[in-house]
Amino acid sequence: MGKFFAVVLTIITVISAYFVIAHTWWMPVDVSVHGPGVDHQLEETMLGSGILFVLSQLVLAAFVFMFGDSKGARKMKKFPGGATPLVIAAIVLVGIEVLTLSFVGSKVWASIYFTPPDPNSLAVDVQAEQFAFYFRYAGPDGKFGELHPDKIDDGSGNYFGLDPANDVAARDDIVVGSLTIPVNKPILLTLHAKDVGHSFYVRELRIQQDFVPGLVIPIHFTATQTGRFELVCTQLCGLGHYNMKAYVEVVSQDQFDQWLKTQSQ
Amino acid sequence: MEQGSAQPAAHHHAPPQGFIRNYVFSLDHKVIGLQYYGLALVAVVTGMVLSWFMRIHLAWGAAAIPLLDKLSPNGAPGGVITPEYYLSLMTMHGTIMVFFVLTNAPFAGFGNYFLPIQIGAEDMAFPRFNMMSFWTTLVAFLVLIAAFFVADGPPLSGWTAYAPLSAVGKDSGPGEGLGQSLWGISIALFCIGQLLGSLNFIATTLDLRTKGMTLARMPLSTWAWFITACIGLLAFAVLFPACILLILDRIAGTSFFVPAGLVVSDKLQPHSGGSPLLWQHLFWFFGHPEVYIAILPAMGIISHILPTFTRKPLLGGMRVLTACMIAIGFLSYMVWGHHMFLSGMNPFSALLFSVPTLFITIPATIATLVWLSSIYGANIRFTTPALFCLGFISVFISGGISGFFLAQPSIDTYLHATYFVVAHFHFVMGVAAIFAIFAGTYFWGPKMWGRMMNETLGKWHFWLTFIGVYGIFMPMHYLGLAGNVRRYSAFTDDFLVPLIPVHKFITYSALITGAAQLIFLYNLIWSRFKGPKAADNPWEATSLEWDTTSPPPFDNFGGRHLTVYHGPYEYNVEGSQGDYVMQTSSEAAVEKS
Amino acid sequence: MGSTTYKRPVPAVRKIEPSQTGIWVAICAIAMTFAALTSALVVRQGASLDWQAFVLPRILYLNTAILLASSFTLEISRKRLDAAGVVAGDAAKSFYDATRYWLYVTLALGLIFLLGQILAWRILAGQGLFLATNPSSSFFYVLTALHGLHVVGGIAGLLYASVRVSRAAAAAKSRALSAAAVYWHFMDILWVYLLFIIAVRM
Repeated sequence: MGKFFAVVLTIITVISAYFVIAHTWWMPVDVSVHGPGVDHQLEETMLGSGILFVLSQLVLAAFVFMFGDSKGARKMKKFPGGATPLVIAAIVLVGIEVLTLSFVGSKVWASIYFTPPDPNSLAVDVQAEQFAFYFRYAGPDGKFGELHPDKIDDGSGNYFGLDPANDVAARDDIVVGSLTIPVNKPILLTLHAKDVGHSFYVRELRIQQDFVPGLVIPIHFTATQTGRFELVCTQLCGLGHYNMKAYVEVVSQDQFDQWLKTQSQ
Repeated sequence: MEQGSAQPAAHHHAPPQGFIRNYVFSLDHKVIGLQYYGLALVAVVTGMVLSWFMRIHLAWGAAAIPLLDKLSPNGAPGGVITPEYYLSLMTMHGTIMVFFVLTNAPFAGFGNYFLPIQIGAEDMAFPRFNMMSFWTTLVAFLVLIAAFFVADGPPLSGWTAYAPLSAVGKDSGPGEGLGQSLWGISIALFCIGQLLGSLNFIATTLDLRTKGMTLARMPLSTWAWFITACIGLLAFAVLFPACILLILDRIAGTSFFVPAGLVVSDKLQPHSGGSPLLWQHLFWFFGHPEVYIAILPAMGIISHILPTFTRKPLLGGMRVLTACMIAIGFLSYMVWGHHMFLSGMNPFSALLFSVPTLFITIPATIATLVWLSSIYGANIRFTTPALFCLGFISVFISGGISGFFLAQPSIDTYLHATYFVVAHFHFVMGVAAIFAIFAGTYFWGPKMWGRMMNETLGKWHFWLTFIGVYGIFMPMHYLGLAGNVRRYSAFTDDFLVPLIPVHKFITYSALITGAAQLIFLYNLIWSRFKGPKAADNPWEATSLEWDTTSPPPFDNFGGRHLTVYHGPYEYNVEGSQGDYVMQTSSEAAVEKS
Repeated sequence: MGSTTYKRPVPAVRKIEPSQTGIWVAICAIAMTFAALTSALVVRQGASLDWQAFVLPRILYLNTAILLASSFTLEISRKRLDAAGVVAGDAAKSFYDATRYWLYVTLALGLIFLLGQILAWRILAGQGLFLATNPSSSFFYVLTALHGLHVVGGIAGLLYASVRVSRAAAAAKSRALSAAAVYWHFMDILWVYLLFIIAVRM
């Protein structure tokens, strides 16, 4: 029975490790400036944890294999060194790994959250609601209009609750259903939610940020490749949560300028 | 202080009379423990069936599940699960499993039964509060189940019930009507039941230990129950007011968690200035210790059972593992923000929470190394409980390792709210803790019912389950790495459609593993009535529960007041009855050379 | 763990009274609940600008005095019980009577406190301050209601203690009264704390 356990566990361990090593199902290619930091952190952690995983499962398998009931034939042995070296090793080795990962990881985190946005960023206001994302550009005047929740009218396309009649800045705001941005340009998004909690997740951009009703949350990034990427909601928001998505279109600067011009007309 | 005095006088009681007193409103901790266990059994079957519905829907979205339309014509017209009903099933699955299974069985169930016995007491310190705690918990369960039958259906905001989705009321959509309020009431009641239970565990452990039973001689399972009770006391005391405030936001128009200016279902909500993050902080301040409440008794139970079948004490003895459990308990209060890295709270807090989260790895690693090194050089008796202990070690490692990723905010940026998280918590809670419940059942079943369980059936149960759970939850890590978002009722996004075959594999594994649990249920029922009679100490174990009949008499030890001479794991010694010396035996325990 | 020989003396296990442990554990849990509510209050007050302070009904201060007085009378009751323990026969009986008398006084003061709290609510309602009117009033009602419910529990405990004083053996009398007393004094202290928070924040 012990030998069977060892064999089964070994097979499970090898298969589990295989799919990770082979990257059979893996992250998509990263297209953001801060992304390599995230990927590197994940890969380092995967390497360390992967080795620990395989090693500890195989040790368990080996011990179970070797130390089944010998019915008196084999004397009991104590683990050499006793508990103290193990405790010290665990504290020291895990402690070092933890501190290293924390230190390096904090730099990655800082690159996302503690660096101020570039003053030349393109600002886009993002609203999440049950069950869609809407994006607002400031338009030629460069100013965002005020938001009035009581003026929201989805039927007429006034998703954000703008008041162009009384608010000059709101008149040229551009509201669209997908996020078109130029490549290699810093983007500053301001996230707010209309109704309940949502979350902004673009895998390729290595960004995820919750929308919190009542708060306006800024995030910034720079995309490094053109393409079309999916933005999906990752915070349970009701029955349409699974279907709540938009596209992020990263285009060349020229294409973006062209797009903006047509939108402003 | 006094030595050798009798148990506190209040606990000399006569045997209970009558069916109601004996089996229904019983004051006997053993009956109450079994009642909790029975409730957990009903809950786990319910939760498991819910998970089958979920998995079938995820693999075959248009599948019509027979009879489901009878349970909920709105939720599953024609037997096909609607998106909102999927989320309701998921919410109830999580709520039932976390509260009514994982907090009940290893802690309230086994703990109620065995804590007094393991310390040589006749009963818990407050038998009436004990009875009240069970009945409160049962009422809580019934209130929760009632949510299935109300017009708006069960809540769909997840077991985490984030505001404002859970707090604005019906406007936020189907599933957020009366069902969510019932959820709040149920959980509030559950908190009270748990607080009464924790009260009992703590007072009993501190005050009712028999002569010679110092804290250092208590078995590791008792230590785990005691530490868990301490954690639970403070955690549930925070969840309770959180639920009250949530219910008030829903029905009384207050604005604790709902900010101003929300437009939900085209209606401007009347609330003002509340904070959704406040709910998250309150919930997770409870929620993180809660998951340690789920795993610590499991660690204690495994640590208690393993030496019986390796026939040697754990390396480092009591001290190392007890210190690990205390460290985990203490640290568990400092890490709740790791559920909120991306929540909009101050990003600097994320780093602050990340460090203790990573540090919890250390006592968990030490415990794992202790278990592994204790197997080294052993002579393992491969009984069913032993197999579940060994399986526990494997799944505990698997579950713990994925935690290492999620503890780092930079990585959590990608993995948060994906199936990677689902994999992590299922491995540690839905597998490891369950394995400990199984180990406890096979180990202590003979003591509780006086009959041995069938070993062949037990082994089949183990193998199918062990392989099955890896088939269910290991692929979820890969899905997470691919960015598969969780809590989706269907996979329609471009990048998710290619992952559906993996989901199908998981569903097949889940259904097969689920079916394998029927073997366990059959074994449980069969052995209760037909199993061979169990001796007092069928496993040749050392702790106090094995120094009495199977099952124990109403006062646990038949009028005897035991004296304890040894620690709980004197194995591999020259004992007069074999390679062990019981705690209550006055003979010397000399290690075999 | 090292092995022992049967010659080693069996270490004593300290005997602590379970009802005392129980009451202190319960106090920890209750304190934690109110700590959670306090932090919820602080967070909520800072989350948004809609917090409106209001004038506390004066009766609250009277209620506080009544509750503190009830702690005094409770201690008188306990002293009588202690005295009953050291004398014999008829003299003891009169001390038991006194114990119960002062317990009933405490109980009555507790009930008056609760009535006073309800009056305070009515005064606030008269000013248009209800549960959902403003976050400050919300917390006022929640904190006072929860405290009041716990006081009801304390009253039940005092009733139980008075029954035990009538009927039970000496040790049991004292245990019940001690436990009820510790809880009751905690209700006092908790109320003073809550009043302080309410006064400062509202």
